[in-house]
Amino acid sequence: MAAVDTAAWVRGFAALVDEHEAELTALDAAIGDADHGTNMRRGMTAAVAALDDSHPDTPGEVSKQTAMVLIRTVGGASGPLFGTFFLRFAAAVGSGSDIADFARAFRAGLDGVIARGKAEPGDKTMVDALVPAADALDECVAGGASAEAALDAAVSAAAAGRDATTPLVARKGRASYLGDRSAGHQDPGATSAALLVLAARAAVR
Amino acid sequence: MKKLINDPAGVVDAALAGMAAAHPELRVDTKQRIIVRADAPRPGKVGLVSGGGSGHEPLHGGFVGLGMLDAACPGEIFTSPVPDQILAATAAVDAGAGVLHVVKNYTGDVMNFEMAAELAAAESGAEVRAVVVNDDVAVQDSLYTAGRRGVGATLILEKMAGAAAEQGRPLAEVARIADTVNARSRSMGMALTSCTVPAVGHPTFELGDGEMEIGIGIHGEPGRRRVPLAPARDVAVLLLDPILADLPFAQGDRVLCFLNGMGGTPLIELYLMFDEVSRILRGHGIHIERSLVGPYVTALDMAGCSITLTRLDEELTALWDAPVRTPALRWGI
Repeated sequence: MAAVDTAAWVRGFAALVDEHEAELTALDAAIGDADHGTNMRRGMTAAVAALDDSHPDTPGEVSKQTAMVLIRTVGGASGPLFGTFFLRFAAAVGSGSDIADFARAFRAGLDGVIARGKAEPGDKTMVDALVPAADALDECVAGGASAEAALDAAVSAAAAGRDATTPLVARKGRASYLGDRSAGHQDPGATSAALLVLAARAAVR
Repeated sequence: MKKLINDPAGVVDAALAGMAAAHPELRVDTKQRIIVRADAPRPGKVGLVSGGGSGHEPLHGGFVGLGMLDAACPGEIFTSPVPDQILAATAAVDAGAGVLHVVKNYTGDVMNFEMAAELAAAESGAEVRAVVVNDDVAVQDSLYTAGRRGVGATLILEKMAGAAAEQGRPLAEVARIADTVNARSRSMGMALTSCTVPAVGHPTFELGDGEMEIGIGIHGEPGRRRVPLAPARDVAVLLLDPILADLPFAQGDRVLCFLNGMGGTPLIELYLMFDEVSRILRGHGIHIERSLVGPYVTALDMAGCSITLTRLDEELTALWDAPVRTPALRWGI
């Protein structure tokens, strides 16, 4: 029994993206081109449809399939980035079943995002939510925490990271064209990344 | 929102179907979402592939044809196309002489084209090279931004590299010409309004009656700064000063001047702006050798314009003059 039910995680993320689509669009309108909500909803809807069609069994299969669907359907920067996250997660999770395996695979996913997009913490991107979450997971796992406790910490850390993007001046992505005008707006990518972590918490079994 | 559409979610698909019906000289695959020259692949010819978000029409689908692109990949509105599309387009135009990807410098475009090139290398061994277009001077090209955007020069590059490919030149030559056009072009844009993305239903940002946005891109996003509305003669200065200073252009230069409409500005205003621009360039001793005026690299219904200057030489001028037959540009044939 996996600590995080990967299929439930993907479905839960899709539900959250759907629920928050207007918010993601509004955030992306302020410092981008207003397509983040639409794109993520399209991709995650397709990811759930793929799960309904094919019923992959293992965490690796679920996340790899989700990755391919996202890469095929989302476009923009989010498609390759969220796709790479799930692809690297898939490669790292193997047959892993506990919170330590999840944390290790999450870190692998984050490393993939950084390798693909070359963002650093403080650039005002999804990385600003994912890095604190990964750090919280690693710390909790090292301390022998339960899956629930580790993911609670990750959720808080991701939310704090997301909130901390608001005053930042964007150094990556479309928001960076706005220069100082990007300050004072919460980053849409960090917002959807925080939803990803929230969905993982809800998928703990 | 008042648009000539049906379902806001179906705009891209319906428009592609319309292009297919209007232009039988194109092969439009509405399922894979690629637009290919009907006579592709042309034996021995370098294939030119570009793509990007929809919403910039005629860029890029309207530039598919003789003397310009061999294939275009339209994404969702303002959203980069996905690797599958780019792979399919690459395969459709690969005649064994290599393929050039023309990639506008946006994070998503660069990533998706990179992933497609990786897959192409792994799957088919096609020789693919990429040129990244980054002519916009509104953004600092620094460690602290995503780099300069690819805007108006994309059209000029596609035309000139397309002409070189049509003449049967090898991939290295076509890529060299593409890089040269990019290096010699600078652009700057402004907006009187934002635009309305169908799926969103309202303008991406609000501009007051007395305001204009300077240093815009082509995705409806806000620009570098908001300033009071000014007459066209002042707008021309605001756009030209940074362009001229950046290359820098100099007295005696011979240029192509591309006065681009963002989609929502009538041609009469674009010609008025060209009058202002040509007066300023004359004052600097810069000679306008060739010109293009019209809405070619657009952002849906955004009102505004952009200026692109390309420093010409004999080779580039000849490539601009070479025959082209596409939905949006046609001369010499």
